Amino acid sequence: MNSSSLSRSSASDWVLLALFSAAVLTMPVWLAPFGANYPDLMQKFAIFGVFAIGFNILFGLTGYLSFGHAAFLGVGSYTAVWSFKLLSMNVLPAILFSVILSGLFACLIGFISLRRSGIYFSILTLAFAQMSYKLAYSVLTPITNGESGLQLSLGDARVLDAAMGIEVTRSLPTPNLFGLELRDQAAFYFCAVVLILAFFIALRIFRSPFGMMLKAIKSNQTRMAYTGFNTRPYLIWAFVISGMFAGLAGSLMAVTDPLAGAERMQWTASGEVVLMTILGGAGTLIGPVIGAALIKYFENILSAFNAGALNRAFEALPDSIQPFVVDTVGLFVGDGWHLTLGLVFMLVVIFLPGGIMEGVRRIGGLFRRDGAGDKVPARSAAPGSTPAATTTVSATPSGAAR
Amino acid sequence: MDAILLQVLNGLDKGGAYALIALGLTLTFGTLGVVNFAHGALFMLGAFCAVATNELLTISTKVKDESITFFDAFKEVPILEAKFPVIGPIIVDYSVPLAILVTVPLMLLVGWVMERGLIRHFYKRTHADQILVTFGLAIVVQEIVRHYFGANPIPQLAPDIVAGSASIGSWFGLGDNVVYPWWRLIYLVFALVIIGATFAFLRFTTFGMVVRAGMQDREMVGMLGIDIQRRFTIVFGLAAVCAGLAGVMYTPILPPDYHMGMDFLVLSFVVVVVGGMGSLGGAVLAGFLLGILQSFASLTEIKAIVPGIDQVIIYLVAVAVLLIRPRGLMGRAGVMED
Repeated sequence: MNSSSLSRSSASDWVLLALFSAAVLTMPVWLAPFGANYPDLMQKFAIFGVFAIGFNILFGLTGYLSFGHAAFLGVGSYTAVWSFKLLSMNVLPAILFSVILSGLFACLIGFISLRRSGIYFSILTLAFAQMSYKLAYSVLTPITNGESGLQLSLGDARVLDAAMGIEVTRSLPTPNLFGLELRDQAAFYFCAVVLILAFFIALRIFRSPFGMMLKAIKSNQTRMAYTGFNTRPYLIWAFVISGMFAGLAGSLMAVTDPLAGAERMQWTASGEVVLMTILGGAGTLIGPVIGAALIKYFENILSAFNAGALNRAFEALPDSIQPFVVDTVGLFVGDGWHLTLGLVFMLVVIFLPGGIMEGVRRIGGLFRRDGAGDKVPARSAAPGSTPAATTTVSATPSGAAR
Repeated sequence: MDAILLQVLNGLDKGGAYALIALGLTLTFGTLGVVNFAHGALFMLGAFCAVATNELLTISTKVKDESITFFDAFKEVPILEAKFPVIGPIIVDYSVPLAILVTVPLMLLVGWVMERGLIRHFYKRTHADQILVTFGLAIVVQEIVRHYFGANPIPQLAPDIVAGSASIGSWFGLGDNVVYPWWRLIYLVFALVIIGATFAFLRFTTFGMVVRAGMQDREMVGMLGIDIQRRFTIVFGLAAVCAGLAGVMYTPILPPDYHMGMDFLVLSFVVVVVGGMGSLGGAVLAGFLLGILQSFASLTEIKAIVPGIDQVIIYLVAVAVLLIRPRGLMGRAGVMED
């Protein structure tokens, strides 16, 4: 681990950023064979990619498992929609206020939750998430509009728009970026740019001294305290930053679909982002984005495989076994895609705790002459060992893990 | 006053369910050291045992409908009722209590399979990994149940003889118009019996003594020459049975649906934390207390002061306990206080 990568990104980081940006911006092209290149799905890839990157900064770097990030997603969505209603249909104020408000909310929740660690921290965040969800549905209905969700209407007082003389003429106002209407492809490119920015920020955090502190907290928090570091400010900052990313993702959800509902604040929605991060590889840079894309892909594509599509797919099989095959495969696709998701998640946690990125590293290690990829760190409860840190702070010649 | 009595009973009722689930959860955490996020799914499986038993007992056959005379009409009648006109309807009527006979062995089997197949390999892994894998398992179980039973709640009926209400007002001298459903009273007694049986088992048998010793100090038990690993499977089965029984008898109160596991999971963890992770008495006490608190918070007078308090009071109490006294009401000092 050379010290120069602490203060500035090495060349491989810039290459990674360039490759990532290229891959994200050309998504409509290379997703076509997978049938996933329609704007709605690609926007979801970008949005949940942002969410997962933020969550990874907390869970991947510090090891603190939070089940409460769905609350920040919800706060971001509601703030964005309120900004659309009160201020302007321009997306920049919406995103700005979402990030600020969810950061403040995260500061409040993090201040209380981070007084404990480990499983108590997880349960505290779980309690806060459920509290926010229940409050959003019952008491705070003037703000959140309860079950019907918060929606836009023509009669909203858009103060900034009125001051600038911008009037909404059609029936359904669409968010715009200084006049450029964000719908379909344009909205996707906006989300993609935000994703690339988020990735860049995460990259810089990973390579910064701050990021190094967070990884040290994951290795051995007690020892850090013994050497004189106060770990709480770092943890709170990590929590707030990940909360702000979640708020950003929530505001993007409102930008692409100006409707905010409380169901995205349930703790099971937090569970979804945990799945995405673990599946992709917690503690790696592009792992969470890959995990988010995969899960959203499964959700939209796999769940569309109903009986008709399955029958068409297996038409070539002889008639005696075709119904049997269709029935068995049908258990895992269509309505049963959650089952596949749960099974894949269990398999990943049991056999490949480092997620897909660990699988990639292992396969890469098979081709490497020094067998560097063979060293598989299994996460254990032993306090002194730093197994998870080796996925990110590795001394392999190609530089730190992606 | 009547409202208060009703809410106390409601609270004890709900608290009974919470206490039973939390008891199982504390057993697994205290003895095995495993955080089991699939415990809510076990509760849900118990409830669906009742549904499955009911479906099994009411397998129907077509019988000629005598009441329609000008053409041949057929109606569906359960085979039990058709073949045994006297006992059959009684058996079908009592399907929920009879489901207990099915639930106990089934939950033991499920617990055995879960422990042997999965949990055993996670004793040495971090709590985060345990949470994640049991969370995945909970999703899988939930989806399998949803596939076979559908996504809608399937109401189950209590036996006819107890389907009515008891006029408890007259017991407490509050007037005859205060009534409370019989089944809920039965559930409360049932929960207390099961809790008592578990405590008796742990206190008066050698096996229970080893389990309690393991909860106090697992390492020492090993050093004294007792292989506690072999007992883990049985303890897990016991925890699963507790959760399953809580689920079975709860079906007439809350129609089972595939999502109820996740809903009760959060509540049960809150109860365990408030009671003290690793303290069985604390889990039971906290279960009843939180049930009563939640019921009291839904009194109209209280809701008028602080609207929406009934939804969040449990979580507020959990947050307060975790901050002020992290070992919970009856946890041992020094456990998990970091």
